[in-house]
Amino acid sequence: MRNAWFVLPVAVAVWVAATASPAVALSSAELIGEARRHDGREVVYRGEVVGDVMRRGRWAVINLHDGSNALGVWLPARLAGEIELTGRYGVTGDTVEVRGSFHRACPVHGGDLDLHAESLTVVERGKRERLPFRRRRAALAGGLCLVALGLALWERQRKVAECDGGLS
Amino acid sequence: MTGGRKRFEALLTVGYYSGRVVTGIGLLMLVPLAVALLYGEWNVAVDFLIGFAAALIVGYGLVHLCYAAPRRLTWLQGMVAASLSWLVAMVVAALPYWLSGHWSSYLDAMFDVMSGFTTTGLVLVQDLDHLANGVNMWRHLLTYVGGQGMVVLALTFLIREASGAYAIYVGEGKDERLLPNVRHTAQAIWFVSIAYLVVGTLLQAGAGLAIGMPADRSFFHGLWVFMAAWSTGGFAPQSSNLYYYHSLLYELVGVLVFICGSFNFALHWAVWTGNRKEIRRNIEVVSFFVTSTLLFTLVAAGMAKAGLYHTPLLMLRKGWYHLISAHTTTGFMTVFSRQFLEDWPPLPLTALIVAMLIGGSASSTAGGYKGLRVGIIAKAVAEEVRRIVAPSSAVIVTKYHHIRDIVLEDRHVRSAALIVILYTLTWLFGTLMAVQFGYPFGEAAFEAASATGNVGLSAGLVSPSMPDLLKAVYIGIMWAGRLEFMSVFALLGFLVWEVRGR
Repeated sequence: MRNAWFVLPVAVAVWVAATASPAVALSSAELIGEARRHDGREVVYRGEVVGDVMRRGRWAVINLHDGSNALGVWLPARLAGEIELTGRYGVTGDTVEVRGSFHRACPVHGGDLDLHAESLTVVERGKRERLPFRRRRAALAGGLCLVALGLALWERQRKVAECDGGLS
Repeated sequence: MTGGRKRFEALLTVGYYSGRVVTGIGLLMLVPLAVALLYGEWNVAVDFLIGFAAALIVGYGLVHLCYAAPRRLTWLQGMVAASLSWLVAMVVAALPYWLSGHWSSYLDAMFDVMSGFTTTGLVLVQDLDHLANGVNMWRHLLTYVGGQGMVVLALTFLIREASGAYAIYVGEGKDERLLPNVRHTAQAIWFVSIAYLVVGTLLQAGAGLAIGMPADRSFFHGLWVFMAAWSTGGFAPQSSNLYYYHSLLYELVGVLVFICGSFNFALHWAVWTGNRKEIRRNIEVVSFFVTSTLLFTLVAAGMAKAGLYHTPLLMLRKGWYHLISAHTTTGFMTVFSRQFLEDWPPLPLTALIVAMLIGGSASSTAGGYKGLRVGIIAKAVAEEVRRIVAPSSAVIVTKYHHIRDIVLEDRHVRSAALIVILYTLTWLFGTLMAVQFGYPFGEAAFEAASATGNVGLSAGLVSPSMPDLLKAVYIGIMWAGRLEFMSVFALLGFLVWEVRGR
């Protein structure tokens, strides 16, 4: 029991560490709806990378869509290097999880509601979707174009006849 | 000529010109079709081919059906043709949207088309971040054409024979005759707009490159954001609107463009033709400066009290930016819709609602009461005060400057007041409709102001899950607000005349 004095600070340190880092992933709706509560806290957020990875010097900014909203995430450019695919037409972007500080009105980035990520984990790699060509629709388009062309030519003919009639 | 024959001929004339305008919408679809082909979006290209052909069939169909129509338009027919064209064009232009599968119903697709045409910017599109480039091109092209006016487009390129074309031009909510000939006026509007398009796209694309976007996406985002900014439309290619770019530079270029876009085409033309003094003297510029300064004071006071955006730069980037976005009826946002309700105090929100209702300049791409009317009413109030103070024998003359000095007359005040009253009643109607569906008053008032003023800022009420009837009401409000009511009334009157015969 001579070293019992050592146990108390270690226990306090463990308790502080455990309570100070909420490892629960929050949704964009929770972050936007309860922005005041989460302001300045470390949060975990997960979503699909959509659009572009915009590199700005040593930093990069990405937008992570969790199904409801796309939140802006600032992160070191080296972390952004982990991202392979970003979501756009025909492409599902990588789903990543970021951990970092949340800002309701970030003083560094013009008052944006954003996250400054310290870590990034790729949860699921994105994929390029195969979009089969819709042949029936193409055939319909061809048919409609023929009808439209016929009407356009008829209109031209009527105009020419009208002009000729006017001249004679 | 018998009454029945007269009514029939009037119907044919309206149908003929509406057909011409719809044909123009069909030809426009070749632009997104080309973009889809460029990006190898084959299915999207097919959808636009279907839309193109359908628009041509409807347009030429109407032209053929109504070919025997007298080509001279009366005032009533011009206005009816303008308002009817917008409705038919909405139905036709929605086809590629609906075929893309990103809109849950045809009504939703038509809502977004009307929102684009009227340069409102409220959206019901789903999964915007995965939308094809071709469809994004269409969204932004619609808002660009809607801003200048699709009738203006038709007058420029398709309708050569229209005598009385001024009526159809006025029917679209524009009444400035920049040049003696209305067709030349329409061409001048396009000349100014395309010149700005080239310069603005280069600037916006340059900003895109500077903030780390790849070259092709910088160009297309630059083009689309320019189109939405110049038309005070507020659409953006990503779901988080202008917030997506996280960039002061990108926002600054956009602000410059949408402030320019909200000014009267007559003012642009005056400046282009060397009359630079007009910028300082024009009643609409003065009105915009005064009302935006007053309203920004309210925004800043409310924000300061709440301790939100507490540094001057943050206040400008959030408070001023959104106020000017509302005042010019653009609707670009760098906050999330819910933040307006959850975070913003009531005073700045009230200022935004007032700004949305006031809007930009007459004969511009902007919506709302318009600065000209607010200026005229302010001048009339000042004149009344002077009349009370002055001796009874005094002759009081008030002038205002809009391209030239104009003596303020009762008819100016009556016309301005009438439009302001109609806008206000429409806003109240939109608010009551949303409240009736169970939405909170603040949210309903904000969204109704956004729809009435053709703004596009949203507090989150407008969504695919809102009731269909409310969607239809908003479509009507956006349409009536953009056409400034008169041609909508003309259409209703025309329909009554056609049915009842008087």
